[in-house]
Amino acid sequence: MKSAVIVFPGSNCDRDAAEAIRAVTGQAPAMVWHQESALPAGTEFVMIPGGFSYGDYLRCGAMASRAAIMPAVMAHAKRGAPILGVCNGFQILTETQLLPGALMRNSGLLFVCEKTPLTVENGNTRFTAAYQGGREVAIPIAHHDGNYFADADTLDRLEGEGQVVFRYRANPNGSARDIAGVINTQGNVMGMMPHPERAVDPVHGGTDGLGVFESILGSA
Amino acid sequence: MKAKIHVYLKPGVLDPQGVAVSVALQNMGFPEVKSARQGKLIELDLHGVSGEQAKARADEMCKRLLANPVIESYSIEIE
Amino acid sequence: MTQYAPGVTPEIAAEHLPTDEYAKAVEILGRAPNLVELGIFSVMWSEHCSYKSSRVHLKKFPVSGPLVIQGPGENAGVIDIGDGQACIFKMESHNHPSFIEPYQGAATGVGGILRDVFTMGARPVALMNALRFGAPDHPKTRGLVAGVVAGIGGYGNCVGVPTVGGETNFHPGYNGNILVNAMAVGLADQDRIFYARGAEAGQPIVYVGSKTGRDGIHGATMASAEFDDASEEKRPTVQVGDPFVEKKLIEACLELMATDAIAAIQDMGAAGLTSSSVEMAGKGGVGLEIDLDKVPQREDGMTAYEMMLSESQERMLMVLKPGKEPVAEAIFRKWELDVATIGVTTTTGRMVLKHGGETVCDIPLDPLSEDAPLYRRPYEIPPSRPAVDPASVAAPAHLGEALKTVMACPDMASKAWIWRQYDRHVMADTAASSEDPSDAAVVRVHGTNKALAITTDCTPRYCLAGPVEGGRQAVAETWRNITATGAWPIAITDCLNFGNPERPDIMGQFAGCVEGMAEACAALDFPVVSGNVSLYNETNGVAIPPTPAVGGVGLIEDVTKRTGFGAMKDGDVLLLVGETQGWLGASLYLREIEGREEGGPPPVDLAAERRNGDFVRAVILEGLANAVHDLSDGGLAAAAAETAMASSVGVKLAYDGPLPPHVFFFGEDQGRYLIAASVEHAESIREAAEAASVPVSVVGIAGGDAVSFNGGDTAALADLRAAHQAFMPRLMAG
Repeated sequence: MKSAVIVFPGSNCDRDAAEAIRAVTGQAPAMVWHQESALPAGTEFVMIPGGFSYGDYLRCGAMASRAAIMPAVMAHAKRGAPILGVCNGFQILTETQLLPGALMRNSGLLFVCEKTPLTVENGNTRFTAAYQGGREVAIPIAHHDGNYFADADTLDRLEGEGQVVFRYRANPNGSARDIAGVINTQGNVMGMMPHPERAVDPVHGGTDGLGVFESILGSA
Repeated sequence: MKAKIHVYLKPGVLDPQGVAVSVALQNMGFPEVKSARQGKLIELDLHGVSGEQAKARADEMCKRLLANPVIESYSIEIE
Repeated sequence: MTQYAPGVTPEIAAEHLPTDEYAKAVEILGRAPNLVELGIFSVMWSEHCSYKSSRVHLKKFPVSGPLVIQGPGENAGVIDIGDGQACIFKMESHNHPSFIEPYQGAATGVGGILRDVFTMGARPVALMNALRFGAPDHPKTRGLVAGVVAGIGGYGNCVGVPTVGGETNFHPGYNGNILVNAMAVGLADQDRIFYARGAEAGQPIVYVGSKTGRDGIHGATMASAEFDDASEEKRPTVQVGDPFVEKKLIEACLELMATDAIAAIQDMGAAGLTSSSVEMAGKGGVGLEIDLDKVPQREDGMTAYEMMLSESQERMLMVLKPGKEPVAEAIFRKWELDVATIGVTTTTGRMVLKHGGETVCDIPLDPLSEDAPLYRRPYEIPPSRPAVDPASVAAPAHLGEALKTVMACPDMASKAWIWRQYDRHVMADTAASSEDPSDAAVVRVHGTNKALAITTDCTPRYCLAGPVEGGRQAVAETWRNITATGAWPIAITDCLNFGNPERPDIMGQFAGCVEGMAEACAALDFPVVSGNVSLYNETNGVAIPPTPAVGGVGLIEDVTKRTGFGAMKDGDVLLLVGETQGWLGASLYLREIEGREEGGPPPVDLAAERRNGDFVRAVILEGLANAVHDLSDGGLAAAAAETAMASSVGVKLAYDGPLPPHVFFFGEDQGRYLIAASVEHAESIREAAEAASVPVSVVGIAGGDAVSFNGGDTAALADLRAAHQAFMPRLMAG
């Protein structure tokens, strides 16, 4: 499967994302600089990695969501190809409105880095099929702005349509309805605050994040 | 010409920083503080546009980058 | 008759240089220095840049060894970790700025130490910090803790380098002067290491990074007629860090370093443009000529003096190989950073600065560094305080309650509130960090099975009670913590924080600590490869406790064979390695239970330290231990409690020797480890110990859900955890 990782100035999980993709797919992704205007030919899976694009200045993800490469990413999404945004990548996807809602400052106001217990709420997506149902997993978070917000109607709709993919079992940041990850209605764009790429290796962070990458690989 | 753009959270959106500020002020002996909302002020230095144009352009900037309509509102002052 | 250049009054001169140093500057120039030159002399001859008070003592440190590639004198130390790879690391203080503005002070401290490491071609892979705050109930402490921690996190998290460990102490001795020491560790290929030396004449000098503003220019030096403009806003003296620019600077520099363009490179730290240019010219043996009009400037109307003394952050100076400017320009433009060729290296041996078409500085470089002042300040090393007679320390009413008190005290309490705010996992190579039961942080060497073990240590109360012994102990504990993971200790960096060196007692603390450290480094083959000295940490004549923080690095050959103290099993035998004489002087027990801060520090037998450590490492590498923990603050009882809490298995401690039980369990004798091993492995360990003449005794067995003492007093793990975790949240809730 051909993959691409989008790199913005200030991205800092781009290498980790690439390593996780390579470990699972056996193929290193293309690293695509934000000033490009097209994805490499044949790209299937696109990952928008974590970090502090543009220093998190203005709003997390706001400036990255307007970068030169983003129209190509949006077009890719419209074609139904799989796109995963993790942490800052999730923030960027909400800023583009490919995903509903917004990520606000953590309710405790502090940056939180810890391995977080999650429930896989929807195990039937292209990103979670490998988890085989509502499993409990532990995946690290590391963010200052992961407090998921959407209005009540949107939240009801997300829950009704199975678009809540991951939920915190011990809410670390004040997220509405403990939401840790959501997917779009078409089922090809997912964003999540926890870092699955930090949980693909027993030496570091465990292996509970592998399922995300294995699912994408299996869905191709 | 200067455009002053105030960006603030929409009513109903929880503002944890504002809550922290109001609690701190209350603890410091300002019981009259009932709530606080924290926003942003962005000052733009604009050249070569009229006041009308400036306002329209700034509005477009807000829509396209400076404010997130999901959670934020804004107001524009031209001076 | 002292001479002064136009615009320089005797008062201005005195603010920059003491009388004798001013006379020396006049002698070197053959004329009176103008204001720019005065500023440059003042910076280069400052304690910070010249180490004028400390240099004679620092010479005692062993600085070489078979694995040392670069010792002190460059931006950071470099060691050989095999396979053509190198580890590059350094620790540095940012004490004064952090006290004034804790967020920015700490943040820029992290930024500065990262630059020291990536300047040399290393990708930074780990950050550590050693923090000392005042008493928890001091009115400033809470705000300082909140600001410093947020600053360290804000910067490190954004640049994407994991903050993997550190230590935090609280003591009234730091009420007026907190300590913020940050350490950065990086990895490079040995054939891709970059130095400040290496410049040759006729090469372009290139400035990259952020623009230069008036950051950090000290108020006192601004008080000249020339700058006395009433309408001007008060200039900032606190530098503001921009981790976003730093992240781009790291990537851009590493990208340029992958080409063959750089002759020499130096980051701009304190008095950035001055020290970086002088260092590179001095080490390369060349002169330089810089046109200050070409320096990227953030503010209008900056003077030459301001540009040369600015401490704006996230800037680097490079000497490129001729013709390589376009290569650098393309890379730095791509990363949206300023880049400008501002001068050229020359054969004159002089530092010539032009501004507005005029020469504003012309100083011969050799004398500027070679004739830097060197002080042999009078000092008196205080002897260790007398030992505390164990008989004078009454048994506590309840050993379990005493243990809870010790585990709950600010120095021992869980620092989860702090490290939860640090991204410890980015880069995906963290095998053990603050959250894990490990005596040192463990960071895998990317793409290999090797790992670095990293720790920072110092016990200031020992250094105060006896500087020489305290110095030995700081190095020995660092070595021990690395050893306890199964790693081979390789080298250290240090950050020597002391009070006013002009006082013989303070200078004596400094000299004593350095002497003790040097002895330990020599005995443990643990050389010093980089470091930093921070003096004048005192307020109203009250100095901080002597605090020579040590940052150590070791190598684990197979990351799957490391050990921590979180995997003790029910039924394991607890073995104590090392000798216990029951040392309570300057101990935590004495302070926390008896309220006595007295007595000498525990003696460090360096030969025993090494023998015991080498034995423990062999045990780990043979896979015989389920858990290993070094013994330090709080002695055996604290180590056993930490092991039990982390493993979720209780321990039944037993001792029937000649010492009173509380003395045995809480004594802080050095060179000791606690090992938990299966019955079978414990027997093998004891046999091996006997053969190696290493004192090993059985001190208990794992089981239950409490720490118990001789079958009597107990402390339930749940209670211990609650006590251990209470302090930080309570402090920060205010």
